[in-house]
Amino acid sequence: MTEGSSYQEAVAAGMLPSEESHRALLQSIVDVARAIFGARASSIFLLDRETDELVFEAVSGEGEDDLIGMRIPSSTGIAGWVLVTGQPIVIDDLQQDPRFARQAAERTGYVPEGLMAVPLANGETMLGVLQVLDRSKDRAFSLGEIDLLILFANQAAIGLDLLQTARRARAVAEQGEGSEAVVARIAALLGRAEDEVAGVRLLEALETVLTRLAP
Amino acid sequence: MSERLIPAWSLTTEAQATIGIPAEWPERVTKGWAIGGATGEGVDVCILDSGVDGDHPLVGGLTSAVAVSLEGEEVSIGQDEIGDVCGHGTACAGIVRSLAPACRLHSVRVLGAGNTGSADLILGGLRYAIEQRYDVVNLSLSTTKRKFAELLHELADSAYFRGTVLVASAHNMPVESYPWRFSSVISVGSHEGTDSWEWYANPNPPVEFFARGIDIDVAWAGGNTLRCTGNSFAAPHIAGLSALVLSKHPGLTPFQLKSVLYLTASNTGGTT
Repeated sequence: MTEGSSYQEAVAAGMLPSEESHRALLQSIVDVARAIFGARASSIFLLDRETDELVFEAVSGEGEDDLIGMRIPSSTGIAGWVLVTGQPIVIDDLQQDPRFARQAAERTGYVPEGLMAVPLANGETMLGVLQVLDRSKDRAFSLGEIDLLILFANQAAIGLDLLQTARRARAVAEQGEGSEAVVARIAALLGRAEDEVAGVRLLEALETVLTRLAP
Repeated sequence: MSERLIPAWSLTTEAQATIGIPAEWPERVTKGWAIGGATGEGVDVCILDSGVDGDHPLVGGLTSAVAVSLEGEEVSIGQDEIGDVCGHGTACAGIVRSLAPACRLHSVRVLGAGNTGSADLILGGLRYAIEQRYDVVNLSLSTTKRKFAELLHELADSAYFRGTVLVASAHNMPVESYPWRFSSVISVGSHEGTDSWEWYANPNPPVEFFARGIDIDVAWAGGNTLRCTGNSFAAPHIAGLSALVLSKHPGLTPFQLKSVLYLTASNTGGTT
């Protein structure tokens, strides 16, 4: 990577949409998934690689108000199995699984009867899991339901990837000490300034100086 | 037959007479010939998954159960003291048992130690299963990690040549994953029917067969049953059918077994 492009990336990082914008994208995906399947809830888990846990990043329906940020182990239970094996799964009569029912009740106070879970992958990297709980039983289940779920999973994976990339970029901009971090912070400040005219004039003056200095 | 006459890399004229392979193939391979009256007796089937609850009535006991873990970067195999960490392995074992009631079931647990290193565990577990010379290994799982693809490919090929049939569930998502894509394994997707004895050969691989994969009442950890759907439940159907074929026709190679499954599939006229 050339130094020029790393500064450009730093500027991009400084001008990234807010955390809320990315969250809104994920929220919209689970809201639509829930509506399409006529489900009681839908959620997106993000894999936190540092702690090796799955974290609730977006929830629609049951648990919407208090599940965000809650963590579960990454390789046990149904979501863990889906993440590690990369295989989508649909399960009904979940209340028959006392271990699942207990864990679900402890987490959410709500024990679903059924769930659909699909892994979220970007290329070869597993990012998390999308779940749809208690889909409507009004229409018969078919393989087409899984295909539809996978379409949502692709969207959710793109959303999760954007969120993670933005978080990493922001971490560099906010905590970094290198010259790129300075550029990123200036870009971020400029984006937030109420009256950016003065700042832009100062930068234009800087640009004139740098243009003369550049080979 | 002296060892030196067994051809490995080439076939001399003198050696030709020494490699007669007993193959009692009928004029037409039918389902009746392939699995009629078979029980899976004498066949070892391994479930490489989340562990298996051997006490579940639908599983009907395990012959062995080990867990794969990582100690540092080393893969370690020990007795499985925990059992099923999800329920899924028990489901797969129950499906195999329902088709091949007299087979010997073995569990190799490769889940439960976190997502990190999970591909190492799958690889270590598969290597162990091949070393044990199990006849059939059910792999209702896959990995997307490319650095493991080559090693998995080597293992799949060595299983193929040693006579261990690997049955792997296909991915129904647009991601590259392994080992189901390898031609040395039998890859399985789902059809929409509810007959466990119905399977189809796919003229458009890499998914090679379709078996029952939706709305199946499966065994689950804790002695329960759940209704499940997914390609991961289609694979153990083909694993169970493979156990039946091998119990009736011991010594078939994975290549021959795949041919039998092809010739007896519902869309190739194999209905009798």
